[in-house]
Amino acid sequence: MTPRRPVDVGDPDRLYTVTGGRSRADDDSFDLVTLVVSECEPTAGMQSEHVRILETCKHPTAVVEVAAEMKLPITVVRILLGDLLAMGRITARHPRAAGSAAAIPDSALLKEVLHGLRNI
Amino acid sequence: MGSATSELPSRMPLSDTAETGLKIVVVGGFGVGKTTLVRSVSEIRPLNTEEVMTQAGIGVDETSDVAAKTTTTVAFDFGRISLNERVVLYLFGAPGQERFWFLWDRLFSGTLGAVVLVDTRRMDDSWYAIDRLEHHKTPFVVAVNRFDDASPHSLDEIRQALALPDHVPLIDCDARVRSSGKDVLITLVDHLYALAMAQEMTP
Repeated sequence: MTPRRPVDVGDPDRLYTVTGGRSRADDDSFDLVTLVVSECEPTAGMQSEHVRILETCKHPTAVVEVAAEMKLPITVVRILLGDLLAMGRITARHPRAAGSAAAIPDSALLKEVLHGLRNI
Repeated sequence: MGSATSELPSRMPLSDTAETGLKIVVVGGFGVGKTTLVRSVSEIRPLNTEEVMTQAGIGVDETSDVAAKTTTTVAFDFGRISLNERVVLYLFGAPGQERFWFLWDRLFSGTLGAVVLVDTRRMDDSWYAIDRLEHHKTPFVVAVNRFDDASPHSLDEIRQALALPDHVPLIDCDARVRSSGKDVLITLVDHLYALAMAQEMTP
C-alpha cells in the first residue's frame, strides 16, 4: 500500500477535468451508503475513472467506499456515478431510511440490526 | 475476541446479496478515539475519504448573501460491519468541532443514530456535538472512553457535567476493545429500538 495522500492537493483543475467541468451532482440520488453494482464490463475508449468504478463495483460497493478506493472526493464520485447510471452501466441499491433526517426506522429493521451486532 | 490491533483487510467485497446500507455516526473531539472505536468493530481497516464542500448552505444562518463562495475539504474515516447477507452497517467517525456542523447536516442525513465519544479530560469538546444532535432530533448515546483515564468521575458526575437528560443512555467503554465497542453499538440500537416501539405503539 502506498501512503494515502490528501485529495485536496491544491489542484482543483484535475477534478474539473474528471467531471467534465461540473462541480456539483445534479441531484442527491447517491447517498453515502447507496450500494453500487456494475452492470457491464469496461469497454475500450471509456473514461479511465468510469473504468475504475466498474472494476471496483463488480460486487456491491458503497459510494463512500468507491470514493476512498479512487481517492476522489465524494462530490466528484457522485457525478461520475450519475453518468454511469444514466448510461445504464451501473445499478444503485438505495438505503431505506434515506432523506428524512429525524425519522426512526421501523422496529423490525432495528431488531435485525441488533441481531447482527450480537453475532459479530 | 479480536483486539483492535489485529490486522484487518482494507478491501473485502460485500456479499452480492447486500442491498441495504445503514449509517451510524461516531462524533467527538480530536483525539478522543473515534477511529479507534470504528476500527475495533469494523470488518475492514477503516478507510478515509474526503468531501469538498462548496459554498452551498455553509453559514447561511448567520451570514447574508455577501458570503463569498468558499470551498472546504473535510476528511472522515469509516468502517463497515456486514450484519447479515442483506444489511450492511457503515460507521462514520466525524469531527465534532463546531466548524464542521455542515458536514453532519449534509453528509449524515438518514443516519440511524449517533455515538458521542467523550474524553473526561476534555468534556468541553462534547457539548457542541450533543447540542447539535438534540437540535436535529438525532437519537444518540454517550460513551465515555475510559482508556488511559485515571479520573475518578462517576457516570452520574459526567451526566451532570454534560447536562445530559436522563433518557439519553450513558456508558463506559474502552474504544480499543472489540467487545466494548460492540456494546456501545448495541446500547445505541437498543435505545433506537425502544424509541421505535414507543412510536409504533402511539396511534
